Amino acid sequence: MKAKPRSLLGIEPLDSRQILEILTLAKRMNPARPRTTLRGRRIALLFYENSTRTRTSFEIAAKSLGASTVVIHATTASIEKGESLKDTGQTLQSIVDAIVIRHPSSGAPILLSRLIDIPIVNAGDGMHAHPSQAMLDAFTILNHKKSLKGLKIVTIGDIFHSRVARSDAHIFSKLGARIVFCGPDVLLPECARELAPGVEIVRDMEEAIRGADVVMMLRVQQERLSGMQINIDEYIRRYQLTPAKLKLAKKDAIVMHPGPMIRGMEMTDEVADCKQSVVLEQVLNGVKVRMAILTTLLGGKR
Amino acid sequence: MSTILLQGGHLIDPASGFDALADLVLKDGLVAEIAEPGKAKAVADETLNVKGMIVAPGFIDLHVHLREPGQTHKESIATGTAAAAAGGFTSVCAMPNTRPINDSPAVTRWMQDEERGAVVNVFPIAAATMGSLGEKLSDYRGLKRAGAVALSDDGKPILDDHIMREALALAAKVGLPVIQHAEDTKISHGNPMNEGATSFKLGLRGQPAASEWQMVERDIRLASQEGGRLHVAHVSTAKSLEMVRLGRKSQVQVTAEVTPHHFLFTDESCSNYDTRYKMNPPLRSAADREAMLAGLVDGTIDAIATDHAPHAQFEKEVEFDKAAFGITGLEIALAATITALQHTGKITLTRVVELLSTNPAKIMGLTGRGTLAEGSIADVTIFDPKKRWTYDLAKTRSRSRNCPYGGMQFYGKVRTTIVGGKVVFSEL
Repeated sequence: MKAKPRSLLGIEPLDSRQILEILTLAKRMNPARPRTTLRGRRIALLFYENSTRTRTSFEIAAKSLGASTVVIHATTASIEKGESLKDTGQTLQSIVDAIVIRHPSSGAPILLSRLIDIPIVNAGDGMHAHPSQAMLDAFTILNHKKSLKGLKIVTIGDIFHSRVARSDAHIFSKLGARIVFCGPDVLLPECARELAPGVEIVRDMEEAIRGADVVMMLRVQQERLSGMQINIDEYIRRYQLTPAKLKLAKKDAIVMHPGPMIRGMEMTDEVADCKQSVVLEQVLNGVKVRMAILTTLLGGKR
Repeated sequence: MSTILLQGGHLIDPASGFDALADLVLKDGLVAEIAEPGKAKAVADETLNVKGMIVAPGFIDLHVHLREPGQTHKESIATGTAAAAAGGFTSVCAMPNTRPINDSPAVTRWMQDEERGAVVNVFPIAAATMGSLGEKLSDYRGLKRAGAVALSDDGKPILDDHIMREALALAAKVGLPVIQHAEDTKISHGNPMNEGATSFKLGLRGQPAASEWQMVERDIRLASQEGGRLHVAHVSTAKSLEMVRLGRKSQVQVTAEVTPHHFLFTDESCSNYDTRYKMNPPLRSAADREAMLAGLVDGTIDAIATDHAPHAQFEKEVEFDKAAFGITGLEIALAATITALQHTGKITLTRVVELLSTNPAKIMGLTGRGTLAEGSIADVTIFDPKKRWTYDLAKTRSRSRNCPYGGMQFYGKVRTTIVGGKVVFSEL
C-alpha cells in the first residue's frame, strides 16, 4: 500500500484507489455546509498566473473547511522584484501550513516540493498538469456514469498546450477508460499516444466522436501558440462541436469543457447550452473535489 | 628542471603506434626517452612507479567553458584547469562566450597570461564573429597570432549562410578550424529539452533533432564549397552523424566530437524536471544515444569533449525552463568513456586514448602534443583503467557542482597528470 500523499503534484504518482478515495470523499463535501476540519490552518494561494475559476474554487474550498487563506499574486509580490521560487517558498513555509500554487513553468510545483517541507497542491503548472481539474472531471463523469471502465472519452482541440488534457488522460487511464485525442498535427503531436495506457489518436473529428460517452472540448490557447500557424476558419470547420457532430456520440453522452470556453470557436451556442452540457456542473464539483483534496492532504492529525 | 622516470607502465601512444610495457623519461619538459622496462639510461630525480597503469599522451578537451573573464562566480581559469588536471586533461580549449566575449587578441592573450593561475595548458578558441553576434568576422590572423587555436561562436550558432561561408573561407586561409554549435535556433527556439514523448509528457517545449542535423548538413555543404576545416561541436543526433559520414564521403574536412552525457543519458533523465540534466544540445532519444556509442566505435566521431559548463546553484535551482543550460564534466570524462565503452568491450584502450588525446591534438593542430614520441612535449596522463570508484561531487575542484555524476560509480581513474614535465595532479 502506498503511503498517503502529502502533496498533490500530479495524477501520475497516484493509484486508482487513492484517486477513488478522494472522489468518494468529495461526494460528502458541500460548500453550503461548512466544516471545521481545517480550522486554524493557513493556506497560501500562490498564483504566478492569472486564474479566476481555479483560485476562487480553491479559496472557497479552503474556507468551507474552516481554513484561512491568503492570496499572493506574482504581480503584487516581491516575486516581481526578482525573488526566486525557492526564496518565496521558504518565506511562506514559516507562516503557512500549505501552498496551493499556479505557475506558468511546467514542473514548478515539483521543484517547490523539493525545496520546502509543507504540503504543495498543484493548481496548474505550464502545459504539464492540473490534477484538481482532472479529479473534478472524473468526479463529474461519475455523476453521470456508473464507472469510467470501458468508457470512450474523446478530447478535442488544443491538446499540446493543455495541462488539463494531460492530467485528464492520466486519471481516465488509471480509472480504465479509453481516451481518444483529436486535433490537428500542430496541436496534437503523434508522441501524445505515449502519454498513458489507453490513449489513441484519431484525426477525423466525426470518427473520433462516434460512439463516445464523454466529449471534452478544449480551448485553443492562442496566447501560447508562439509562432504556430492555425487557420481559425479551417479549425472551426474541422474541430468545432456542432449539434450535428454531437449526434454521432452516444445518446447519453455528456459534453465537458474545463473553461474558459470561447463560444463560436470550439463549440456553438447550441451545444454550450444544450442539456448534454455539464460545464456549469463542473464548476460546482470543482469546489467539492478541492475540499476533498485539502481534507485528504491536511486533515487528520497535525 | 627535474627529470622524471615513469616506471613499469603500459605506454599507449596511438600517434606513433606504440603499445607496450615501457619506461618513460621526461626531461626539460619533453619526452626524452622510451625504454624497455628497467632499461632507461637517464638518471632521474624522481621515479614514479606506475605498474598496472596506462601511460598516455595528455588528454586534450576540445570544449570547455572556463567562464573567465567575467563570470568567476561560476568558474575561473584556475579552478577550471584544476578540475581539468584531476580529469587527466593536460590541455583545454576554452570557448569564447566569456564577458567580454573573446573576440579580440587582447582577451585571447589575457586568458593565457601566467597570472590566471592555469595548471594545465589553456588554448583559447576565439569568437568567429565580433561579439558572437553573427554579423561581422573577427580578426582571424590577429587572433591566431595571439594564440587562438580555432574559431567558434559556440552557443550562438552562425545562422547566416553568407557569414558562415566567409568564416570558413577566411579560417581556411589562416589555417584554423571553424567549430560550429549546430543549432538552427529558428527551429529550436531555445527550448529547454529534446522534442519527443518525454517533453510532451512533461509539458515542456522541445528542440527537434532537425534543428541540429539540418545545420550540420548546411555547414558541410558550405565547407564543401569554401574548403577549410569544419568541426562539429557536441553532436547529439543520429542524423547529424549521417551528415558527417556523407560529408566525409565527398571529401569535406569535417570532424566531430561528442560529450560523455550524450552517450550516457537520454531525455528520459529530465523526467523529474531535474535541471542537472538540462544542457544544450539537449539529451536526446535512446536511438540517438545508441548512435553516439556506435559512432565512437566506428570512427565517425573523432573526439570526446566535455562541454564543461559550470553554473552556480542559484542558476540551476530554478524552474526547468528558466535554468541555465550545461553541466560540468572535466573530472569524469575518462571514467565515463571507460565505463560506457571500454569496460563493456566496445572499444580498446588505444581507441580511448585516440578519442581523448591523439585526435583532439590533430583537430586543433597542436604540434608536439597528443603523442609521446621522443621529443614531444611532456604532457602525460596516467590512469588505472580497472579502478572502480565513486565520484564525490563535494570534492570537485571546479567552483560549480551542476552535474548529475555525483555518487555515480565508474571504472577508470586518473592517477597522475603531468603538464610540460611537471606533475599537476597525483593520486599515486
